Amino acid sequence: MNINLTLIGQTITFAIFVWFCMKFIWPPIVLALETRRKQVADGLAAGDRGRHELELAAKRATESLHEAKMKAAEIIAHAEKRSAQIVDEAKNAAKIEGEHMLAAARAEMEQDVFRAREQLRGRVAELVVAGAEKVLRREVDASAHADLLEAIKNEF
Amino acid sequence: MSAEAHTSTEYIKHHLEHLTYGQMPDGTWSIAQNAEQAKEMGFMSINLDTMGFSIVLGALFLYLFHLVAKRATVSVPGGMQNFVEWVVEFADNSVRGSFTGRNPMVAPLALTLFVWIFLMNAMDLLPVDWLPGLAVAMGVPFMKVVPTTDPNATFGMSIGVFLMVLYYSIKIKGIGGFVGELTLQPFGKWGMPANFLLEGVNLIAKPVSLALRLFGNMYAGEMIFILIAIMFSGGAVLALTGGVLQWAWAVFHILIITLQAFIFMTLTIVYLDMAHQEHH
Repeated sequence: MNINLTLIGQTITFAIFVWFCMKFIWPPIVLALETRRKQVADGLAAGDRGRHELELAAKRATESLHEAKMKAAEIIAHAEKRSAQIVDEAKNAAKIEGEHMLAAARAEMEQDVFRAREQLRGRVAELVVAGAEKVLRREVDASAHADLLEAIKNEF
Repeated sequence: MSAEAHTSTEYIKHHLEHLTYGQMPDGTWSIAQNAEQAKEMGFMSINLDTMGFSIVLGALFLYLFHLVAKRATVSVPGGMQNFVEWVVEFADNSVRGSFTGRNPMVAPLALTLFVWIFLMNAMDLLPVDWLPGLAVAMGVPFMKVVPTTDPNATFGMSIGVFLMVLYYSIKIKGIGGFVGELTLQPFGKWGMPANFLLEGVNLIAKPVSLALRLFGNMYAGEMIFILIAIMFSGGAVLALTGGVLQWAWAVFHILIITLQAFIFMTLTIVYLDMAHQEHH
């Protein structure tokens, strides 16, 4: 148990060991540890981000679904309104057309009546003239009384 | 190594003697054959067993860790890498916990100290007669297998730590700051001699306590193993008791060797932290 050169030898050995450890052992191991730690942290962060994005996407999907439903309802309402409008328009058009046709028929009828009356009037006048002629043949000169006969005819 | 050949005292003395290489009184260089010769060699001699075992163990540590460091993968680590990373993180966390400065050397230093001291201490768990018995059979007179039971080894390390404490004290605080720290507190500049005495003792006590604590613990533990080993030559009952005792002490010693390695490492970190701190 003497103190001797071993003391210095051990100090030198110690220094060499520490130097070797610092130079060749510590850096690669700590680098691997740090890199792995970072990778794990990155992985966890990516997982979180993915989950967040999934939530967002689900939210967006719900929103667009809702929007589409609203739009569809709007379109249906619009179409219903439009169809009602078309029906109304058709009804109106039909009504007007019907009135037109009614009016035309009425006018034609009136014309026919008028024409028939004219003919009738003409026939009656002729008949009257013929009757009167028969009556007056004997005593009235047709030519002498033409003015009078014409006046009567007009009176009808 | 039977009781017939040795008395108990001789047995113990034999176990406490280093394999010392140095200059013999007649001027030749050789291995000391007994304690007197080793003593006469004085300072200019070297304990081959301490140096050999400590270097082999340190090299083993560096080799295994270097093997892992070379092939360190970022992806899933294998069993060996896992173990090495665990030890490295343990040292790293100890440094983070106690060391507030910024110095890339402290963590590798702590790791080296911890593993190296642990391995050297662990040699204590080998039955005390195995390697010395083998050595004697091979014609080598002495063999002390636990380097940390040699004060040369523990002081060697603590002097290394002490030199670093001095170096960083002066580097961080400057010579003036370091001298000021030694002389201007706690009593102010008029109490300079008293300050210097107190702070000087404080400073010197660091490496001395560091080395003596480790040496004392390991030496005492080794001594108990040796004493237990004497029982093996005292008949069947005593030998059986000795066996049980040796096992029990070895189990308890596992705690001590780990704890002493940890204490040495932690105190080194703390001393270096103090060297890095400026406080006034």
